[in-house]
Amino acid sequence: MTIADIDVVKSADVNGEGYHEFRLGEFTFRRDEFFVYIGWPTGNHIMSADAFLRALQRDVAWDFFYGTVNFDGVFGTVNHYGTVDIFAGRFNDSYRKAELDYSENVETPRIRETFKSILEDWTNQTFDPFASPHETGSAFGLKNGANVAAITRRRVAARRMVAVPGDEEIRTDASGFPVNRMFSDVDQTEPVVEAEPGFESEVAAFNLFAYLSRSDVTWNPSVVSACKDSLFCPTTEEYILPIIHGNDRVEWFVQLSDEITWEVEDRDTGAVRSRVVMKAGDVCAMPADIRHQGYSPKRSMLLVWENGAGNLPELIASGKTPTYPVEF
Amino acid sequence: MTTGKPSAGGGVERSSYVTRFASLDDYEKGRVELINDDPRHYAFSNIFDVASRSKPWEKVAVGKNMEYVLEAVRAEGTSEWRTCAHDEFAVCLDGEVTVELVKLDSSPLPADAEGSVALAGEPQGPRMGRIFLKRGHQALLPAGSAYRFIATQTGVLMMQTIAGPDTQFRWAEICQTV
Ligand SMILES: [Fe+2]
Repeated sequence: MTIADIDVVKSADVNGEGYHEFRLGEFTFRRDEFFVYIGWPTGNHIMSADAFLRALQRDVAWDFFYGTVNFDGVFGTVNHYGTVDIFAGRFNDSYRKAELDYSENVETPRIRETFKSILEDWTNQTFDPFASPHETGSAFGLKNGANVAAITRRRVAARRMVAVPGDEEIRTDASGFPVNRMFSDVDQTEPVVEAEPGFESEVAAFNLFAYLSRSDVTWNPSVVSACKDSLFCPTTEEYILPIIHGNDRVEWFVQLSDEITWEVEDRDTGAVRSRVVMKAGDVCAMPADIRHQGYSPKRSMLLVWENGAGNLPELIASGKTPTYPVEF
Repeated sequence: MTTGKPSAGGGVERSSYVTRFASLDDYEKGRVELINDDPRHYAFSNIFDVASRSKPWEKVAVGKNMEYVLEAVRAEGTSEWRTCAHDEFAVCLDGEVTVELVKLDSSPLPADAEGSVALAGEPQGPRMGRIFLKRGHQALLPAGSAYRFIATQTGVLMMQTIAGPDTQFRWAEICQTV
C-alpha cells in the first residue's frame, strides 16, 4: 500500500462549525467548538477538543509509539508495528464487563493518513498541540485557519548521537531553537572537544541540558543517542502528558531536572497502582503491565530510556519475559 | 528566549524560573507512593545517592532493560583504561570530567562482545583526542576505542551501555523496598 492508494474517508462538506467529519472503519469522528465526538457500533464518546488534539498530535508524531496510546480512559490505539488497533473501552473495566468495548485492526498507513488529516483539519492557526497551555492559544472555537508548520515538525532521531558529524545537529538560536523561557538559567556552553586529525568524525560531545533547554515541544521523546537498541529519548515536560501511555515493554525514566508526578494504573483495567514522585537524579522503571500519565508543574527535563528491540512485545505478551525489569 | 503567546485571560508567568538540577552535595529523592503494588517492580533509586555510596569508578547499574544498562559512576581521580566493542555514551551529571580517547591497534574483544572491559596497562594506538565534560554534557565513547576518565574533583557520570563483567548489581541496597 502506498500513500497515494489511501483514501481518507471524510465528509464532502464542512459542518456548521467549519470542520470536516471523518470515518475510519466503523469509527466516526466529528468536532464542534469545544468537543470531539467519537462513534463506533456499540457506543459514543465525547472529549475536549484541546485534550483530543494534544493526544492525537503525539500519536501521529510518534507513529503510534510503543504499546498503547490512551487518549483517555476510553479511546486509543495499540501499536502492532505494521498494523494498529483502534479501540474504544478496551482497557476500561466497565466497558469490558458491559461488553460495549470495540476494537478494529487497521494497516498503519491508513490510520496514519486519517489521523494526520483530522489533526490538520481540526487544528486552528493559533493552537499548537505540542506547546504547554501557557505558550499557545486556544484549541476551541469555530474553524479559523490552520497550523501545518506546528503539527508537522520533523521528529529528531539520532542514529549514533547528536553532534556526531552527519548525524542530528545541536540546537541554536540560528537554527530556530531559542532557549525556552523556563530554562533561561541553563548553562549553554558546549563541551570542549579536541579531535586529533583523522578522528573528527568519532570524537564528539554536546551539551544535552542546553539541547533540551531549546526544545520547542513538550512531552515528545526523541532519540539523542543509540547503543544498539538502547535508546536515550529525552524530552521536556510541562503541564500534563496528553496521553495515558500503556507499556508493551519495560521503560525507564531518569529525571534530569525539576520534578514530575506520575499516576500509575493497571494497563488493562485502569485500577490505580501507585503515584511516583520523581526529582532530579531519580531513576524509576515503569513495568510492562502498567499505564501512566505524568504531571510537571514547571518545565522539566526527563530522560525516557527505551529498548527498541522488535521481539520485546512478544516476549512480554507470551510471559517469557517478566513485566518488571529486575528481580531482587 | 521565547516568551510564549499568552492565551486570553488566565494568570501571568514568573519573570524568571529556577531550574532544579541535583548534585552529590545537593539532591533530594522522590519515591513511589504505593496504593496497590510492590515497590521492587519500579527499582526506584537516585543516581546521586548511588554515587555518594560508591567507590571511585565503580559501575553500578541503576537501570536494566534485558542486556542494556544505565550505570551510575562516581568520578574521582583517574580511571583505568577501558574498551568496548560497541558505542557507549557518558553523561556528566556533576563535576567536570576529562575523557581521553585512543584508537586501539588491536582490540582484545570479539566484534560482538557486550559491555566494556578494563585494559591491562597503557593502550597501544594513536591518540584520538580529548573531551572536557561539564554538567549536562554527553560524550560518545566510540566502539573499538580505549578511554579513560580524569576527574580532579568528585563528580558523577551516567553510562549508556550493555552489562559487562564489571557492571555491579546491588538493587536491594540502592532501591526503595518499602
Ligand atoms: Fe511512557
